Amino acid sequence: MSHRHQNFRNYRQERQVTRNRIIASAVFVLLLVSVLLGRLFYLQILQHKVYETKADDNRVLLLSIPPTRGLIYDRNGVVLADNRPIHSLTVVPERIKSVAWLKKQLAGVIDITPDEWHDFEQKLKEYRRPYQPITLKSQLTDAQWARVAVDLYKLDGVQVEAQLTRYYPYGKAFAHAIGYVGRITEKDLDRVDKQAYQGALFIGKTGVEGYYEHVLFGKPGISKVEVNARGRIMEELGRTPPVPGKSIHLYLDARLQQYAYDLLGNYKGSVVAIDPNTGGILALVSKPGFNPNLFVRGISSKDYAALRNSKELPLFNRALRGGYPPASTIKPYMALAGLQYGYSSWTERYFAKGYYQINPGGRKYRDWKRGGHGWINLQRAIIESVDTYFYQLADKMGITPIHDFLSRFGFGKSYLLDLYGASDGILPSKAWKRAKYNQPWYTGDSVNVGIGQGYMVATPMQMATAVSIIAARGHYYYPRMVKDIGDKPATFDGKGGVHNLILKDQSNWDKIITAMHKVITDPKGTGRRIDGTDYTIAGKTGTGQVFSLQDGQEYEANKLAKRLHDHALFIAFAPIDKPKIAIFAIFENGGSAAKPAELTKKLFDAYIDGKYPKRYDYLKGNSK
Amino acid sequence: MRDSFFERVVAFTNARLWKLIHLDILLLGALLLLMAGGLIVLYSASGENIGMVERQGVRFIIGMGVCLGLAQLPPKYMRRASPALFAFIVVLLIAVLLFGIGAKGAQRWLGLPGGLRFQPSELMKIVMPMTIAWYFSDRQLPPRYNEVLVVLGLIIVPVLMIAKQPDLGTALLVAVSGIFVLFLAGLGWRYILGAAVLAPIAGYVLWHFMHDYQRQRVLTLLDPESDPLGAGWNIIQSKTAIGSGGLYGKGWMEGTQAQLNFLPESHTDFIIAVLAEEFGLIGCCLLLFGYLLVISRGLYIAANAEDNYARLLAGSLTLTFFVYVFVNIGMVSGILPVVGVPLPLVSYGGTSIITIMATFGILMSVQTHKRAR
Repeated sequence: MSHRHQNFRNYRQERQVTRNRIIASAVFVLLLVSVLLGRLFYLQILQHKVYETKADDNRVLLLSIPPTRGLIYDRNGVVLADNRPIHSLTVVPERIKSVAWLKKQLAGVIDITPDEWHDFEQKLKEYRRPYQPITLKSQLTDAQWARVAVDLYKLDGVQVEAQLTRYYPYGKAFAHAIGYVGRITEKDLDRVDKQAYQGALFIGKTGVEGYYEHVLFGKPGISKVEVNARGRIMEELGRTPPVPGKSIHLYLDARLQQYAYDLLGNYKGSVVAIDPNTGGILALVSKPGFNPNLFVRGISSKDYAALRNSKELPLFNRALRGGYPPASTIKPYMALAGLQYGYSSWTERYFAKGYYQINPGGRKYRDWKRGGHGWINLQRAIIESVDTYFYQLADKMGITPIHDFLSRFGFGKSYLLDLYGASDGILPSKAWKRAKYNQPWYTGDSVNVGIGQGYMVATPMQMATAVSIIAARGHYYYPRMVKDIGDKPATFDGKGGVHNLILKDQSNWDKIITAMHKVITDPKGTGRRIDGTDYTIAGKTGTGQVFSLQDGQEYEANKLAKRLHDHALFIAFAPIDKPKIAIFAIFENGGSAAKPAELTKKLFDAYIDGKYPKRYDYLKGNSK
Repeated sequence: MRDSFFERVVAFTNARLWKLIHLDILLLGALLLLMAGGLIVLYSASGENIGMVERQGVRFIIGMGVCLGLAQLPPKYMRRASPALFAFIVVLLIAVLLFGIGAKGAQRWLGLPGGLRFQPSELMKIVMPMTIAWYFSDRQLPPRYNEVLVVLGLIIVPVLMIAKQPDLGTALLVAVSGIFVLFLAGLGWRYILGAAVLAPIAGYVLWHFMHDYQRQRVLTLLDPESDPLGAGWNIIQSKTAIGSGGLYGKGWMEGTQAQLNFLPESHTDFIIAVLAEEFGLIGCCLLLFGYLLVISRGLYIAANAEDNYARLLAGSLTLTFFVYVFVNIGMVSGILPVVGVPLPLVSYGGTSIITIMATFGILMSVQTHKRAR
C-alpha cells in the first residue's frame, strides 16, 4: 500500500520539512550552548574569587609548629628541665577503620596495656583538631620502635613520631619547685592564645614551668600545607620557623635542694632557703615529692589516682601552701614588736614562773619548762624560748599592734614574686576573727598568738621570708625563683628591688640577731646542739602543737601516734654579720626542734663551706 | 597556485580518495581533535595514570574501527535491518530484566561466555532512531496523529524497560533520540507546545502518587546542595573546581580540586570540571568549539542526506550527541540534576565510546553513499 502512495509524494517538500527542523535544531543548539557558556562565564569569571577561596580552603591547612621549649637551669648551670627526643606511637583517628580494627592490627606487634587503651579512648572523646594524631603509647623502646616500623606500611593512620619531650632528670626532689608540663586541657586553652598552642604537646602547669610558661614556650612557627580530600598532607607550601622559648636560670642550688630533700629522711616536711642579699630562693623543698615526668605526656589514670589518694599528699606543695603554726619561731618578731611599740626593753627584768595567768585564778597558760625560768630579760627569753614572757608581752600589746608589725614581715600575705598558688597563711586580727567566726577577740587569743599558736598560721615560704628580713636587717628583697631569663636579669614589674623595714631603733636588728646567735651558742640555748661551726649562726627553734592540749594535760610523746606528734620547726641564717643564707625547715610530727636544726646546720655547712657529701657531685654544675 | 587556502582545504576534503573509502574527513578531523584533547585531560584527571590513558586510546582505536566499518555499509541496508534489530534488542532488554547482571542494585548487563558483558540499552541509543526513521521512511511527512501515537508506543516500551533496570540516564537518551526523529519528521508545533504544557501537570500528578523516600530522591536530584556530604558533595566540589579555574585555568595537572581528590568521578562523568579547573574558560570554549564543529558537520550531513531515512537518522544521532554534551556540562556545572551521563569522547569509559563512534560511522555512511548527481 505504501508503495502505491510513493508515486504521489512530494519528496522535495518532505525534504524541506526536515531541513527546516534541522535549522530550528541548529538554533536550539546554539541557544543551549550559549546557556552553557553563560553558566561557565558566571562560575569562572563572575564568581571566580568565591570559588578560588573555596578551593584554597579545601586544600590549604595552616599547621602550627611547636617551638622548642626553653630549658631551666639551676644557679650553677645544672639542667633541671630538659628536652629530649622520644618516639611515640600515634594514631590519626580519622584514618583508622575503627578502634577494634586497630586493636586487632596491633595485637602481636606491640603490647598496648588496657590502661593505654583506656586513655586513648578517653582522648578520642575530648575536643581536638581533626587529623591531629593522638598518642597511643609514648616512649617506645628501641626494640618496640623497630618492631612497629616493620609493620607500619599496613597500618594506615598509625605512625611513629619523634618529638622533643620534657624531661626532668632529677625528678621528685624538684617537682614542687620546678613544677611540670602536662597535656593541654581545654581549661588551659582559656588562658593562652589558642592559635599559638595548636600542635603544642604540653603546657606548663605548676611551679616555674607554670609561672614562666609565656617565656619558656616561645613562638610557634607556621607550616602552610596542602592536604587532599582525605586530609593527608601532600606537600609543604611555606614555613615560618618557630622561635624557641627562652631558657631560665634559677637562684636554686640543685645540690642544696637535693640534699635538703634527702635530709628530711622519712618525714614529711618542707625546707625553704633564701639568699637574703637577693631574695633568691636557693632551695624549695616539699616532701614527699612525686615524679614530674609522669605528667609530661599525660599521666595515666592509675598513676594519678595513686598520687591523689596517698595519705602523704605528695601533690600538695607544703612549701607554698602548707599552713603551720609558727610556734616559738615567732618570738624574735614578737620581741621586735614589743620593742617597736615600747611594751618591752632589753633591760627590763621579768620573773618567769611555770605558767601565766591573764587574771589571778584564771586559766593557766603553761611554759614548756615546768618550774619556769626565774628572773630573765628579753635576750634570755629568746635564748631559752620563755613562753610566759611572750604570753605577758602579747597580753600587754593586744592583737592590733602584733598584727600590724608582723604583717611587715610578710605574715598574712605572700611576698613570693614568681610562683602561682602560694597561700597567704593567717595573721589574725579583730576584724579577721569577726569576719571568720563572727566572734569578738579575746585576750586569750592574743596570748596564744604570742607564742605563734592559736589562730596564727604561716607557710614555710613566709617563715623563710621573715627570717631573711631579719638577716638583711630590714633591707630585704621579695623572694623569687628566677635570676635570668635568656641572658637578661629577670624583672618583676618594679617589685624586684630592695624593700626597707625601718625600726624605731635600728640597733634592735643587731641586738635581736645577737639573741638569736646565743640561741645556738648559749649553754641554755634551745639550739645549742648545733653549736661549733666555723661560721656564726643565728636561729630560733619551735615546736608547733598539732592539736591543743587540754588545760593540765601533759604531753606524752611516746604514747601518741607519730601523726599527732608536734611539728618541729627551725629558722636560722648564717653567717650573722654578712648572711649568705636564711633557712626555714619543718619536720611534720618531728617531735623536737633538734631535727630541723641539725638539718639546717648541714645545709649551712654545705652551702657556706662547700661541705656537700661526695654523692651530690653530679649536681655540682660549674660551682667550685 | 592561484587557489586560496580555503579552496585548497575544500578540495582536500572533497578528494575522491575519501569518498572511495567512505570517510568524511571534516568529521573525522573534528573527532580526532576532541579525542586528543580528551586524552590530555584524562592523563591529568586520572592522576598521571598512563595505563588508563592507554586503555582509553585502545577504545578510541576500536571505536574508530567500528566507525569506519559502519561507514562502508550503505544506509539502505541499515534501513532494512532496522525493525529486526529493534525486535532483537527488545528481546535482549527483556533478558536483562530477567537474568541480567550488574552492580550497585542496577541490572544493566548480559553475561556472555568468556566473562564478557554486554549492555543492550547502549545499542538502543542507535537502534531507536533507526527504527523510528525506518517507520517514517515510506510514509509521507509530516506525520499524522495516529502515526505519532504508534511512534510514541515504539519509544515508550524499551524506555520503560531501561528505566526499570534502573538506568535513568540511558532511558532518557534513548527516549530523546526517538523523539528527535519525530521532531525532524515535522511533528506539528501544537504537539510540542501541548507536551510542554502537559509535562509539568503530569509531574505534579505523579508527585502525589510518590512515596516520601521517592520524593526525597527527586528533591535531592533537583537540589543536590541540600545534601552537602552526600549527593551535594560532588556538585559543590565540581562547581568549586570550575569556578576556581577562572579564565586561564591553573595549568595542566595543577588543578588542586582534581589532583587532591576533592573532585569525585574526576576521570569519568565529572571530567569537564578538571578541564575547566586546569584550562579555564578558554579551555571550555575550545572544547565547546570542538563539539560545535562535530555537531554542525552532523547537521550538514543530515540536511544533505539522500532520503528521509538517512536524513532523520543522521539528524537525530547528531542531536542526541549534543544532548550528551549539554546534559553532562549542565549537570557538572550545576544547572541540571546529576544523572549519570558521560562527556562524549572525553570521559573515561568503554561502551559509550563505541556507541558514539558507531554513530559517526553511520553519519559518514550517509554522507558518502549518495548517488552521484
